[in-house]
Amino acid sequence: MESILVLTHADESGSALTKASLEAVTAGRDLAARLNAELRIGIVAAKPQLLSKGLLCAAPKGLQCAAPVLAVAGEAFAQARFASDAAACTELCRAAQPTLVLAPHSSRFARVMAAVAHRVGGAIDTHIAALGGAEGFETTRWFYRQRIEAVIRRDKRPWFLLLEPGTNPAFAADPHAPAAPSDQIAIAVELPELRTQVTGFRAPKVDEQTIRPDAQLLFVAGAGWTKKQPDGQVHTGEAAELILKFLRASGASLGSSKSLVDQGGEGNSVLPFLTHLNQVGQTGATPRHAKGLSTCCHGEEPHVVGWRFIGERRAVNLDPNCGWTRGKADVVYIADAFAVMQRVNALLGSSDT
Amino acid sequence: MATTFHIAVCAGIVPDPLQTLEPTTTPGGPAIKNEMLLPAVLDPWAASALYEAADLASRVPGSKLWLVSLGPKARLQQVMMTVAQKVAFELVPIDSPQGGFADAAATAEAIASTIEAIPNLDRAKLLLFGGWESASRGAGVTLQFVGERLRIADQFFGVDQIIVHDDGSFEVLERVEGGKHQVSVCAGAPAVLGWATGNLAEPRNNPQIGMANMRTVMPALQRAKAAALDANGLRYVAVSLPRQQRETRVVQDMTPDQIAAELVAWIGKDR
Repeated sequence: MESILVLTHADESGSALTKASLEAVTAGRDLAARLNAELRIGIVAAKPQLLSKGLLCAAPKGLQCAAPVLAVAGEAFAQARFASDAAACTELCRAAQPTLVLAPHSSRFARVMAAVAHRVGGAIDTHIAALGGAEGFETTRWFYRQRIEAVIRRDKRPWFLLLEPGTNPAFAADPHAPAAPSDQIAIAVELPELRTQVTGFRAPKVDEQTIRPDAQLLFVAGAGWTKKQPDGQVHTGEAAELILKFLRASGASLGSSKSLVDQGGEGNSVLPFLTHLNQVGQTGATPRHAKGLSTCCHGEEPHVVGWRFIGERRAVNLDPNCGWTRGKADVVYIADAFAVMQRVNALLGSSDT
Repeated sequence: MATTFHIAVCAGIVPDPLQTLEPTTTPGGPAIKNEMLLPAVLDPWAASALYEAADLASRVPGSKLWLVSLGPKARLQQVMMTVAQKVAFELVPIDSPQGGFADAAATAEAIASTIEAIPNLDRAKLLLFGGWESASRGAGVTLQFVGERLRIADQFFGVDQIIVHDDGSFEVLERVEGGKHQVSVCAGAPAVLGWATGNLAEPRNNPQIGMANMRTVMPALQRAKAAALDANGLRYVAVSLPRQQRETRVVQDMTPDQIAAELVAWIGKDR
C-alpha cells in the first residue's frame, strides 16, 4: 500500500502556503483517495503554525479527519536556501516514511528535491503533468523540451514527484465543513553549517514587471518589431510604446523569442524592457496561459515548444508562410503588427473609459 | 584576488533544436529515431554555463576549467569541433549512449565518479557548473545529484549571474517565480551552479583557441571511459509525439481595424 507525503512551503511573506503548494495538496488528496493511501502533509516554513489552518479538511475525499501535518519551524526556513531546505525536507521524509512524495515544482523545491531523494535512497521525476494509471501508478512528463510526451513508472520507493504548477486546482478548505482538529507534528532538524544567506530579491532593471504568470493572455513579441519597416527605418521606440500600452490595457504577460532577446547582447536596437526572463521556448520558459498572441515572430519550432501549454493561439505576421500557419496556431492574421496593435490599443483604451 | 577556482562544467549534447524529433523503441528502451544521424549541439543552458565559466576563469587568474561531457564518443568529437573554438578548456569525456530517456541518477553517478577521478582537481576549490535543465531529459536533477554525491552543501539553480568578491565569497542571482531573481551570498567554493541563460553572448569562433583545445581533446576522446547507465527501475509505459497539429485559419483579407476588433473580442471573451 502506498503512503503519500505532500511537501509544501510558505510564500515570500511567510504567512501563506504558495498556490503551487496548495495545488500539490489537491493532487495528494485525489491520489490518496484513488490509491486508498495514507496522506500526510509536510510544511517548510519559519512559522508553520500560521499555515496549517488552511489545510484543515485536507484529508482524502470522503474522510472527515484532517490529514496529519508535519512541520519544520524556525527562522532558517524563512529563506529558500539549499542547505536548510534539503535538511528540512529530508527530516520530513524520514519522519513520514512515505512511498510517494508529491511537491510543487517551484524554484524552492526544484533546488533541493533531487538531493533529498538521494539522501533517503529514493528516485525523482520532475515537471510531472499528470498522475494516473488504471493498473498501477504512473505519471506523465515531457522530454526534449515539451516535444515528446512519456508515461513512466518506477519500482523504486520513495518516488519523488515534482508537480508542474497549473496542472491541479489549488486546495481550498470548505468553509462549511466541520472543522477537524489540526494535528501538527513538529519535526526537529539538525541544520548543517549555513554558508549561504539569502539577501533579497531583485527584479530586472526595467520600468515595470512584464512577466505575469497568472495572466489569462501571453503576448509574445518577436524580432520583427525591431526590423526595418516599409519606410526603410526601424521603429523600436514606437514598438516599445505599443507593446507596453497593450500590456497595461490587457494585463497580459510578455514573452519573447530568443532572437529578439539576444539582440540586446549584440548591440542592436532592442526593446528596453525585455530580458532573458521573458524568453519563451527551447532555452526559455514554457508558461501556462489560457491564450497566446504572437506578433512579429516566425513561429520556428525552438520557439513554439515554449507554447505547449498555451490554450488558444493566435498570431499576427506579415509572412503567410511563417511557422504559425503550419498547424501551430488557431488563427494567423497576415498583417502589419504595428497597424493592428495600434488599433487594438485604441479599442482597449476606449473600452476602459 | 587570492582565491582560485577549479571549475568543472557538466554539459551533454542534444539534437539540434531545429531538427524534427520522432521517438522510437529499441531493445534498450525508448530513443530518438536516427538520433546518431541528427546534427548535435552542446546543450544550450550548459553552453551558457561553459561561457560563464570561461569568463570567470579569465577573471580569476590561476583558475582551471574542465568540460565534463557525456555522450557517444563520435558525437562528442563532432560537437567539440565547434565548441572547442569558443573557449579554452580541458575535455573530460564519458563515452555513453546519448539521449534524454536514460535515468538521471545513473547519469549523475557516471559524471560524479569521473569528476572524482580528475587529476589535480582540488574539491575545496570546486565550482560545479552546468545547465539548470537539459534540453533532452529536462528534469533539472542530474547536476543536483552530482553535487550531492560530491557532498557539496551549497547549490544554486536558474543562475543568471555570479559576482565573486575578493575573499572568495560570491553573490548569486537565481531565477524564481514571477520574473524575479533571488539574491544570495555564498561563503565560497565548493558550490553547484546550475545556469539559466546568464548574461554572456555566445563567443565568436577563435581558431587559435580551437587548435590549442584540439591538442588535448582528441587524446582525451581516445581515452574516454565507457559508462553503462542503469535504468534504476525506470519503465516507460508510452512515449509519443503530442497531438499538436491545429486547424489553422489563415486570414489574409481583413483590414487592421477588422483584425483589431476580432482580437479585442477574443481577448475579452471569458475574462
